[in-house]
Amino acid sequence: MMGALLVGLYVFVLAIFVGFEIITKIPPTLHTPLMSGANAISGITLVGALVAANSQRATTASILGLLAIITATINVVGGFMVTDRMLAMFGQKKPKKS
Amino acid sequence: MDSSVLQTTVVPLLYLLSAVLFIFGLKGLTRVRSARRGNAIAALAMLIAVAGTLLQQEVIHWRWIVAGLAIGGLIGAVAALKVAMTAMPEMVALFNGSGGAASALVALSQVWSKKIEAGAPGTPLELLGTAPGVTTVLAVLIGTLTLSGSVVAYMKLAGKMRGAPILLPGRHAINALLLLASLVLGSLAMATVTDVATLELLLWVVVAASLALGVMLVIPIGGADMPVVISLLNSYSGVAAAMTGFVLQNNVLIISGALVGASGLILTNIMCVAMNRTLANVLFGGFGAEETTGGGKHEYQNVRSGGVEEAALILESAESVIFVPGYGLAVAQAQHTVRELAEELERRGTKVSYGIHPVAGRMPGHMNVLLAEADVPYEQLLEMDVVNPEFKNTDVVIVVGANDVVNPAAKKTPGSPIYGMPILEVYEAGTVIVIKRSLSPGFAGIKNELFEYPNTMMLFEDAKKAVQGILTELKEL
Repeated sequence: MMGALLVGLYVFVLAIFVGFEIITKIPPTLHTPLMSGANAISGITLVGALVAANSQRATTASILGLLAIITATINVVGGFMVTDRMLAMFGQKKPKKS
Repeated sequence: MDSSVLQTTVVPLLYLLSAVLFIFGLKGLTRVRSARRGNAIAALAMLIAVAGTLLQQEVIHWRWIVAGLAIGGLIGAVAALKVAMTAMPEMVALFNGSGGAASALVALSQVWSKKIEAGAPGTPLELLGTAPGVTTVLAVLIGTLTLSGSVVAYMKLAGKMRGAPILLPGRHAINALLLLASLVLGSLAMATVTDVATLELLLWVVVAASLALGVMLVIPIGGADMPVVISLLNSYSGVAAAMTGFVLQNNVLIISGALVGASGLILTNIMCVAMNRTLANVLFGGFGAEETTGGGKHEYQNVRSGGVEEAALILESAESVIFVPGYGLAVAQAQHTVRELAEELERRGTKVSYGIHPVAGRMPGHMNVLLAEADVPYEQLLEMDVVNPEFKNTDVVIVVGANDVVNPAAKKTPGSPIYGMPILEVYEAGTVIVIKRSLSPGFAGIKNELFEYPNTMMLFEDAKKAVQGILTELKEL
């Protein structure tokens, strides 16, 4: 029987290996979108923030939760949008002007 | 459906789906063609995780949730739409900070809701459980230092603070003390304190110490090392999210956080290798401070300089041209003008490509994004290893606002601070046109022998004006 900490640690370490495997294959051209995309993904804390802010009253916990939702949502929305904006520029194929 | 089935089975499966989609999304980023779809898949993964979380909660009080989503969404959207591509490093720095802050806030909120406001007897560790209790301190520490470190990095990048390293006496001792204080006081607070007032006080001390530590870690790092710092802070923001995952015992946070942590670490490593320096040297070395103060003036002899007319004449007869962009291109916003010149050259039958050094600019891949913005086809953007063998068969290289990354001292002068750093070997080309405002040294603070080479022509001018001038002249030929 493993403790919760150990199970979490297994998941953490294995996920790091998966990350290494995939991310080393990303070409330098895409490093900036990778960073902003990773930024958006780290906004996954939003999941925790939603739990923390699930309250009717204005307690310190729910205020901290509100701030957490705001900061995490900035990451998620801003991160995915700006990444998309950049990648749209990479993808475009305009006819060559002559 | 029974609500307990929903909570114990359906939602965890949604989280699993979300984690898998995050991985697929990142996999999409390994190719330019699939990158945009990959990003969309990652966004879908986020949506699923958020929907799952809302499903899982028994009673949803929308008040704070809707307010938070609306405010954060608005700020994020406006920032994403408004930011100039040249300012991308600043924006990523701020996003790193807000991600770190969110993780720290969630962890703190847990302590407040389960202990301080619950009025329950016992230590936080007993009330939260051992694993969450232990990791709370780490989530707060890493998240908070990511926030303050990112703000300092942002200020340096945005020019709101001098880029030069600030070296406080005894800074290593101060840093060690701050780190130790955060960890020890935080652990003590979580494991032993039952009194609410003491607990609150200790937690705020931990927050303050971590904030100070973040500032202390970034101020000694010079402007040219910012690609490393941003990558590292990117990694920290992921690790902070993963730690929050431990606090909440939520695997999707642990997995996504780990992916981001790994990504940041890989980029950090790539940047360090490209500068031929160890991470420890970047973080603790204060590189660039000693050289610029002690180095004195750099004397140049036999520098050949020319104007835009001469440059245009050289280009007119060239069959192949490689542009080498650096941070100066971003500062001068010259990317569109460079593309126009490249198109004019191509129209005349000249082969054009771009040589991109991994640390050109202020963040990984910065130059690629700028040139993509200017509609330069990404097939023309060549990595260092690909472009280096090409230089000797190239007629003209135009260096636009780059300095240290083309300094031959890195290959030829043992003892030079940058000796051993991989560079773009532009001096192999027939003619090198260096567009630069003056002979002032780059961030490494050292002389660039390239400027004295017989096949080099200096063009002392703002990058955009110079390129525009060459273009105008060339069109008249």
